[in-house]
Amino acid sequence: MTVRDFIRLFKKMIFVIIATAVLIFFLGYFFPDEQAMSLAIMKEYSLEVILVFPAVLVLMGLADIWIPREMVRRHFGDTAGFRGLLLSVFLGTLPAGPLFIAFPLAGKMLRKGARVANVVAFMGAWASLKMSEIGMEIYFLGVKFAFLRVALTLIAVLGIALITEKMLTVTGKGLTKESI
Amino acid sequence: MKVALAINLITAGLLLLSFLKSSRKTLIALKMSLQKGANLMPWMIGIIVLIGVMLSFVPEQTVERYLGGEMTLIQVGGAALLGTITMIPSLIAVPLAGSLIEAGASYTTIAAFLTTLIMVGFVTLPLEIKELGIKITFWRNLLAFVFAIIIAGMIGVLM
Repeated sequence: MTVRDFIRLFKKMIFVIIATAVLIFFLGYFFPDEQAMSLAIMKEYSLEVILVFPAVLVLMGLADIWIPREMVRRHFGDTAGFRGLLLSVFLGTLPAGPLFIAFPLAGKMLRKGARVANVVAFMGAWASLKMSEIGMEIYFLGVKFAFLRVALTLIAVLGIALITEKMLTVTGKGLTKESI
Repeated sequence: MKVALAINLITAGLLLLSFLKSSRKTLIALKMSLQKGANLMPWMIGIIVLIGVMLSFVPEQTVERYLGGEMTLIQVGGAALLGTITMIPSLIAVPLAGSLIEAGASYTTIAAFLTTLIMVGFVTLPLEIKELGIKITFWRNLLAFVFAIIIAGMIGVLM
């Protein structure tokens, strides 16, 4: 890859970084307190993202090359049934990091033949049922609260997944055009 | 932290396996990952910056008024709305919720706040639409909001 390819690839990112720097300077001048807090939150989030996102990207690439459409369809497609749904939820509880990291992965699953309900269930579980976070929840909010929330949320995740799918079969998928 | 470590180790292991099996395919996969990453990084950075700035401008009083003290329908709705608009890392949100409970907030309100916080993404909508299409995004978020309120209500009753 030449330098020019490199620049073309990262053009948008460079732009965003510069815009961010300008914003931070602006904040620092007019709203110093807010700037401090913004930076703290950004740092926290960035850390979470950096720790997990690159790995997710690599996994996506590997999955794309090695996992045939047929396998995705078999385990997560329309014929996978309740087992596929549970599997999706389970997979969603494994990772770490904020939900929006999961979007590209979920989109890829969808395009490779996974059922809508499974994809939504996966995301729902990732958002609210990550195993790595439940321990913290028990510690800060108590076992009773954590147990209730997890149990109710699990039902909700399944409900959301199935209803979303139902709404889509009624009205059509509405996927945006996306390259890769 | 441990999960992140595990994920990275597993990824590294799989990458190695892939490379041993076919270096050509592995390189193609990595190139795709890099491309995807370059496309997504601006979004990620944008989202993080937006969240950070938005959050820092939410005044203390708003947080307390919506999340502390009495439990009314407006309160719970407000908490849910607040959770929808914001997105705080769990690492911060959960301890925050804990301290709010100790300060006297009701479990219902906190549950509404937490659930919408993690499940409904306002700032991340553009990315979600881009990757999953507008219909899934619309229904998932709407249903998550509705279910969050139901969950909050039930938790309030059962706690």
